[in-house]
Amino acid sequence: MKLTVNGSVHEIDAPSDIPLLWALRDLLGLTGTKFGCGVAQCGACTVHVDGHPLRSCVTPASAVEGKDITTIEGLGAKRAHAVQRAWAELDVVQCGYCQSGQIMAAAALLAVTPAPTDADIDAAMSGNLCRCGTYPRIRAAVHRAAELAKGEQA
Amino acid sequence: MSATLTRRGFLKASAVAGGGLVLGFVVPGANRFAAALDATPAATAFVPNAYLRVAADDTITVLLAHSEMGQGIWTALPMLIAEELDADWKRIRVEHAPAADAYKHTGFGMQMTGGSTSTSSEFERYRQAGAAARAMLVQAAAAKFGVEPSAVRTENGFAIAGDRRARYGELANEAGKLQAPDPKTLALKDPKDWKLIGKPTKRLDTPEKIDGTAQFGMDVKFDGLLTALVLRAPVFGATVKSFDATRAKAVPGVRHVVQVPSGVAVVADHFWAAKLGRDALEVAWDRGPNAQLDSTRLRDEFRALADTDGAVANTAGDAKAALGKAAKTLEAVYHVPYLAHAPMEPLNCTVKIAADRCDVWTGTQFQTMDQGVAAQITGLKPEQVFIHTMFLGGGFGRRATPTSDFVAEAVHVAKAAGAPVKTVWTREDDVRGGYYRPMYVQVAKIGIDATGKPVAWHHVLVGQSIMAGTMMEAMMVKDGVDETSVEGVHNSPYIGDVPDRHVALHSPKTGIPVLWWRSVGHSYNGFVMESLVDELAALAGKDPVEYRRGLLANHPRHLGVLDLVAEKSKWGSPLPKGRARGVAVHSSFDSYVAQVAEVSIEGGKVRVHRVTCAVDCGIAVNPNQIEAQIQSGIAFGLGAALHSELSFKGGEVQQSNFHDYRVLRLNEMPVVDVHIVKSAEKPTGVGEPGTPPIAPAVANAVSALTGKRVRELPIRLA
Repeated sequence: MKLTVNGSVHEIDAPSDIPLLWALRDLLGLTGTKFGCGVAQCGACTVHVDGHPLRSCVTPASAVEGKDITTIEGLGAKRAHAVQRAWAELDVVQCGYCQSGQIMAAAALLAVTPAPTDADIDAAMSGNLCRCGTYPRIRAAVHRAAELAKGEQA
Repeated sequence: MSATLTRRGFLKASAVAGGGLVLGFVVPGANRFAAALDATPAATAFVPNAYLRVAADDTITVLLAHSEMGQGIWTALPMLIAEELDADWKRIRVEHAPAADAYKHTGFGMQMTGGSTSTSSEFERYRQAGAAARAMLVQAAAAKFGVEPSAVRTENGFAIAGDRRARYGELANEAGKLQAPDPKTLALKDPKDWKLIGKPTKRLDTPEKIDGTAQFGMDVKFDGLLTALVLRAPVFGATVKSFDATRAKAVPGVRHVVQVPSGVAVVADHFWAAKLGRDALEVAWDRGPNAQLDSTRLRDEFRALADTDGAVANTAGDAKAALGKAAKTLEAVYHVPYLAHAPMEPLNCTVKIAADRCDVWTGTQFQTMDQGVAAQITGLKPEQVFIHTMFLGGGFGRRATPTSDFVAEAVHVAKAAGAPVKTVWTREDDVRGGYYRPMYVQVAKIGIDATGKPVAWHHVLVGQSIMAGTMMEAMMVKDGVDETSVEGVHNSPYIGDVPDRHVALHSPKTGIPVLWWRSVGHSYNGFVMESLVDELAALAGKDPVEYRRGLLANHPRHLGVLDLVAEKSKWGSPLPKGRARGVAVHSSFDSYVAQVAEVSIEGGKVRVHRVTCAVDCGIAVNPNQIEAQIQSGIAFGLGAALHSELSFKGGEVQQSNFHDYRVLRLNEMPVVDVHIVKSAEKPTGVGEPGTPPIAPAVANAVSALTGKRVRELPIRLA
């Protein structure tokens, strides 16, 4: 099976039903994408496939062969993404375990909705759990990231 | 007091402890993977004590005696050292310390993170560590400059005398040759001179937590490491009768199937193979004594017990007789369920066993216990067990088990497999794995006089003891009363002033493993007490805030946060139609927190719009993280108040994952305003005290809206 992750093509030898999450973590060593529930209930495993957010824990790796997969390691590889800069500016993280997924979900939201409302954020981000309750800062940081991204385009 | 300082692999360094000198071992760099185990970073020039190292390039590495699990200790302890050291904050690096005597908790005597004490318990020790290092650098600078030490001042990583300046890195080699000073001779800074303490400071662990590089226990990897999933008993106390591994072993990638005390482990090349192997494993269980466990029936049994007297936690006068003479009385039955901690990172632990050492990589709150348990299982000495603390993807108490359950199991698996193994729990394993916040039933009978003041208080609590059967039992259980069961009730300011009072406790055994869950007994006792007081205010016909003010007149710090939250929430001002406020004030972990929740009911669901919070935690070391922790405690408690419940039927846990063990989601998070009381008192807890008041604040608001008291969690409107 061939996977295109963060711009590089990787050949993996694994059962065809292996979820993308475990192919990334255990076979490619990309541990930034997290395991939280295994049933698409928490969002910790969120990656982008052809730019869209996707729960890698329930997506067979074989289903995304030939597609562009972006993980947290690839999101800000060249320069920190606006979402990551906003996250740093507002000191969002606590334990940090869910934050890769939060950041990937936020980046995917901003890609289609550059100036999200609170309702947009609720709709896009409520599938991403955070047991530390960083939600107030996540909300503020999504708005801040929208401003930062707008500034870049101007 | 001094110790010889060496630069060899194992450093015996003097540790400036609150109570005197502690000898400890420092294994620098030991918190990452195997390769880094026995080398001092080459550039390290100066190791004044067990808590920091100064390198020639000016990098200052702080070794944390406590685990970073989100609470921000990765930043707070370096602040304490940097404050006294006058360090350049930009040059600070942080590592979790290895398991060693020098890092044992100053109050609890073992290396651990809990009880909301990480900042308060280190407030002296880490400042002294920084001051000791500074004194040695000053002495080295004085020798270099040819002046008296008193002529040398320090600033931002430099020692300065007149127009001469030296970087700490330049002085490190010479400072490393000096004897560490007696901590008693060190004068700590006057608070008015603090530059870092009290200043909102950003977290030092943010960069690695936003680019995916932070290393949690789950992320440990090295050549030859296998992954295990354990098929555990479906009922607590069940045992393996027999198992058939034929189909499991046929799964490609499965290497071993081994029996361990907790069940049968499938050990494979990676998680997915282990998962498929475990799915194919066939185990016959002897379901044991708890096979009929049923939480509904248990609740009825607890309720019946509450009508009998128990172990006495607080008594004076004759509460029953006084009830008969009271102007008005209230009788209320309260109930809270079992709860799982459900940290975002499921439990996991990596173990590598060699002939003369055992390495353990895990996110843990209990290093000393883990070290001892691993030593016992492997037959090694505790000092041959190396605990590498990884970032914790949440703890909330679950990663501090008196049995070291998840570490012990992982050591058994690695030992039985004869290979290095990472034992990973799935979410279902985590939710069903025990060590829950205990279920409680409480029955209170309270009488008030004509002015509304409580004059009789009879209160019986029924629920499992966390401490019973653990090594802490002797310390924490007195005359049959586990302090953690009754905390916040037996020592409540509302009850303490009642002349005729009786608080009693039953601690039935059920077979369900229980454990501290963020704020421990306060997590339910805060709900019960602050709901009861609201009920009493209504009985007395008084405003809830005014009523509390009267009862707390002699409790200035409770009163301080209550007054502040009333002011900031504009208590009493008009609200939009359909909204109501509820208030709660509760002290835990030596801090005082008051909250006002603004609530409506939308589509049959409770909606919390805003929570105003006042906190008095003594000196606010890092206000930025105090705000974050209070918000965190509120989110944690609110999820439980609105959604979470674990139940048992036929011996089995009925929930399994986040779809049926629900926690708070972003769209349910209220706006939270945190107001910190200015204080010169010593720092106290922050990680947990935000949790207890939220359930009663919301429940009291719901009661105000519906006219019906909320006496059970999670809150149900029907």
